[in-house]
Amino acid sequence: MMAGSTAASVRFQDVVKAFGEVVAVRDLSFTIEPGSLVTLLGPSGCGKTTTLRLIAGLEMSTSGKILIGEREVTKLPASERDVSMVFQSYALFPHMTVLENVAYGLSVSGMPKAEAHAKAEQQLALVGLKGFGARLPSELSGGQQQRVAVARALILEPQVLLFDEPLSNLDAKLRRHVRQEICELQQSLGLTTVYVTHDQEEALAVSDRIIVMRNAEIAQTGTPHELYEEPADLFVADFIGDANVVTGEIKALDGALAVVDIGGVERRLPHRGLPPGEVDVAIRPEAIHLSRERVDNSLSGTVSKATYLGSHLEYSVETPLGELFVIDHRVDGFAPPGTTVSVVMADRGVTLVESG
Amino acid sequence: MRRSVVLWLAVGWVGLAVLPWYAIEDGFWNFAWLDGYPVDGDFAPALLQGLGHGRWWLLPVCLALAAPVGILGRRKTDPWFAAVLLMAGGFGLAYTLAQGFAIGIRGWEFEALESTFGELGDRQFGMGYGAVLVFGAFLFFLTEGIAARGAIKGDVFVVGSIGLVIALVAAFIFFPITRILISAVQDNDENFAPALFFTKLFSGDIWGLECLTANLSCGVAWNSLFMAILVGAGTTAMGLAFALIATRTGFRAKKLLRVLTVLPIITPPFVIGLAVILLFGRSGAVSTFLEWAFAIEPSRWIYGLPGIWLAQMLAFTPIAFLVLIGVVEGISPAMEEAAITLRADTWRTFVTVSLPLMRPGLANAFLLGFIESLADFGNPMVLGGDYDVLSIEIFFAIVGAQHDQSRAAVLAIVLLAFTLSAFYAQRRWLGRKSYATISGKGDSGLHMHLPRRLKILSYGTALPWAALTAVIYCTIMFGGFVESWGRDHGFTLRHYLEAFSVTTGAHGLVWSGAAWNSFWTTLEIAAISAPLTAGVGLLTAYILVRQRFVGKDAFEFGTMLSFAIPGTVIGIGYILAFNVPPIEITGTGVILVICFVFRNMPVGVRAGIAAMSQIDQSLDEASLTLGARSFTTLRKVVLPLLRPAIVAALVFSFVRAMTAISAVIFLVSANYDMATSYILGRVENSDFGLAIAYSSVLILVMLCAIVLIQVAVGQRRLGRRGAQQFGLEGSTG
Repeated sequence: MMAGSTAASVRFQDVVKAFGEVVAVRDLSFTIEPGSLVTLLGPSGCGKTTTLRLIAGLEMSTSGKILIGEREVTKLPASERDVSMVFQSYALFPHMTVLENVAYGLSVSGMPKAEAHAKAEQQLALVGLKGFGARLPSELSGGQQQRVAVARALILEPQVLLFDEPLSNLDAKLRRHVRQEICELQQSLGLTTVYVTHDQEEALAVSDRIIVMRNAEIAQTGTPHELYEEPADLFVADFIGDANVVTGEIKALDGALAVVDIGGVERRLPHRGLPPGEVDVAIRPEAIHLSRERVDNSLSGTVSKATYLGSHLEYSVETPLGELFVIDHRVDGFAPPGTTVSVVMADRGVTLVESG
Repeated sequence: MRRSVVLWLAVGWVGLAVLPWYAIEDGFWNFAWLDGYPVDGDFAPALLQGLGHGRWWLLPVCLALAAPVGILGRRKTDPWFAAVLLMAGGFGLAYTLAQGFAIGIRGWEFEALESTFGELGDRQFGMGYGAVLVFGAFLFFLTEGIAARGAIKGDVFVVGSIGLVIALVAAFIFFPITRILISAVQDNDENFAPALFFTKLFSGDIWGLECLTANLSCGVAWNSLFMAILVGAGTTAMGLAFALIATRTGFRAKKLLRVLTVLPIITPPFVIGLAVILLFGRSGAVSTFLEWAFAIEPSRWIYGLPGIWLAQMLAFTPIAFLVLIGVVEGISPAMEEAAITLRADTWRTFVTVSLPLMRPGLANAFLLGFIESLADFGNPMVLGGDYDVLSIEIFFAIVGAQHDQSRAAVLAIVLLAFTLSAFYAQRRWLGRKSYATISGKGDSGLHMHLPRRLKILSYGTALPWAALTAVIYCTIMFGGFVESWGRDHGFTLRHYLEAFSVTTGAHGLVWSGAAWNSFWTTLEIAAISAPLTAGVGLLTAYILVRQRFVGKDAFEFGTMLSFAIPGTVIGIGYILAFNVPPIEITGTGVILVICFVFRNMPVGVRAGIAAMSQIDQSLDEASLTLGARSFTTLRKVVLPLLRPAIVAALVFSFVRAMTAISAVIFLVSANYDMATSYILGRVENSDFGLAIAYSSVLILVMLCAIVLIQVAVGQRRLGRRGAQQFGLEGSTG
């Protein structure tokens, strides 16, 4: 298999997809660089799966242009696009053996059976399933089925590989493992990969870039780091990781920084182009430290709920700003409900966002 | 260059320039025409007809068929490609149809045309091979053009399939029905006579209510309706009793129950009526016994309402059972368990939870019984006596002494209105609710057992009924070996010999029995129509389940419509529509095959829809993204997974073709007599012995066919998943 030689870019230009009255995707434009892994992330019904299916050719756009590489594919059916997909349910053909499944793409394109099967054997070995070819899909475990689905998708050396929530049918432990395997495979083959998920942790873990979608539109595009540290709006802030959203006020601007008043506490934060006046502040739960001593420039609060979760503690704290959700990794300092605490905001994980 | 365009272009030109354009007199498979071909005016292809025989009106067809040659070099995305195909296909279809209807066996068919163009001085017959091919070519030009415009993801195969199904349904369901409607507003000399239509429609023999006031019989419409309501209610109650016993009691012989309910499906409907006569008729076994034991004078009480009702109940209870067992099993045990943990006893649980949940199923079963009873022809024919129902009246309006086509058409419209209203009500109120399916999530609970009084009630009704059914079938199986039922109960093989004797003659075996002719015809027609029915049905199901397109609801309605059309109505529609050009096929075997295919198509569609909805669509999509076109996907992925549905569709269409009588009785001819109509003829001559012997042979043949098809198509190979399915079935007991 030639690494990276087949990878192509994917480009959407003002793509609209409507099902009757319902608009599933509205004026979508983006470019996916060759060889990168991009995740479409969003809550259910946001249009991410429709977008994936538009790339695959399983849905036809109502208007707009779709390009794979330099070639326009807007009107091409799925069978004529150089794209493979790994389905959420794996979609292994239950009446064919594992080997026949993997060889399917080659056989329907007219390759002689012996040759197709030989190639399929190699492909199975690549995903660590050597010797499983004669079995039926139903005789494999969920993780093995998943690898068969990947092998079947890869055998055509597609320009673009699509994953539709590939981990959702696996149990939590296996998920992390398979996630890594997918990443490694993608990097070693250098394939352009589009990955759909609603799980933000999964998205952060695998992606080069993430496209966050909401209500049929793109909410924000960026690297995992950008999205987490600089969410464009409250939706993204809340969707990528948790966030406490409180109201603050920008008092003054000072270069790239703004002087912000958050419930009486004054902080200097990047203003990100926001004008003076009322503003929303997204505070990550792990960016809040609780202290039983009195601390300067902090809010005072009362613990209303405390939950022990082994690796960390979760608190709800009543403050003048409202109830805040706090994650504390210092497990030994358990503060029972009713404790009065000082609430200190860390330097990172506190972001100004436009109030929506 | 598109291969499919080249293909259809070639097909079209073969049809136009090589094969005879007009139908061959002596049947579709007769090749005697090769003799005078191609010069003879009856057998010449359209091109020669147009150039050499003065049939100039065929020449524009050639023009339309020449047009697509010009776009062979163009790409699919070229706007001209779609435009030329659309125009050639659209014009070709419209023109070929128009000339077919405009010029018939008497020259111009319409006076307006005659006065415009003058006398034609020529005529034409029904269309034949050539025309069929040319029609096919035009149709697929049209669909290819539509696909090139981007419809349904530009999928040529799918658009073509939709076009094909629409064309077939239009020709063989809507066209005959339209002919009935036209016929109804004409007098018997084909003059427009709306006043006569209203006189006939509101006449006393249809709507009279004399039976309420005097000792006279009511109108046929009321008779039919009354009977249908009685049968619908009765079969529903009985079906429910069986379904409850089969799913919610520890009854040991459940398997036997299932067998008993399959039997009537493979029984020609009127055979049950026949058996009822043999038991309860004037010289029937029961009547004779009653006379002997209690000196009760035998009478003809069974002929009329009681007899028809009894026979239809026996025939249609299994249908209600099949509907209801699905519904009763589909109710999640968790619902009942929830009610019981909330302190409801089993009776209250049944009344307040289970029964309301079954309501859609009960309504469905009722409507099916209602429709079946209205449509039934065989039992009223055999047992009707003085009790007239619509289906019989229609028949006698056509074949009887009155020979009143328009009266038959009016009666057909009344009957059609009844069944369509019931069908509409079923779809409107119940929609798809009744397709209760077992969800993927395991319902681990068990159905509760029936409350005591209900159990007694169910056993009390169902078991005697099962016993009666068993007696009926014994009568059918043994009746053929009895010399003369009711008079002389001596054992004889006379009836079997008369029907099925084989002697050796000078040239080997001679099939000298009286039944062989109709027997072989029936087998042949059923064997030809079964795969066609399954094919059309499954293709339609694939389109309905897997494709989205504008007008899909109308498409679905059209394909399921024939389910609601009683056979007698279809029969009369076929006679009216296909007795004259352009489609002139009465008296042939083709019309029988076509009739079966389109009457039984909904069975195939339903089987296909049910099976296909269980196959995850992502399997198709996976195949598409791996580079397989939709036809390859259908062939390699969908069809192999559909094997059980294929078996079901094949079995049902085969069996229904062998047992059908209502439409068939209009369409049989001397050359193509069917078993059922032959048997019915025997019954009318009171030759019960031969009739019953022949019927039992038919039942056995159908049993063998079912087993054979089951073996031939085989089981689906799914490994563990298959095993789980069997496990499921086992655990519901």
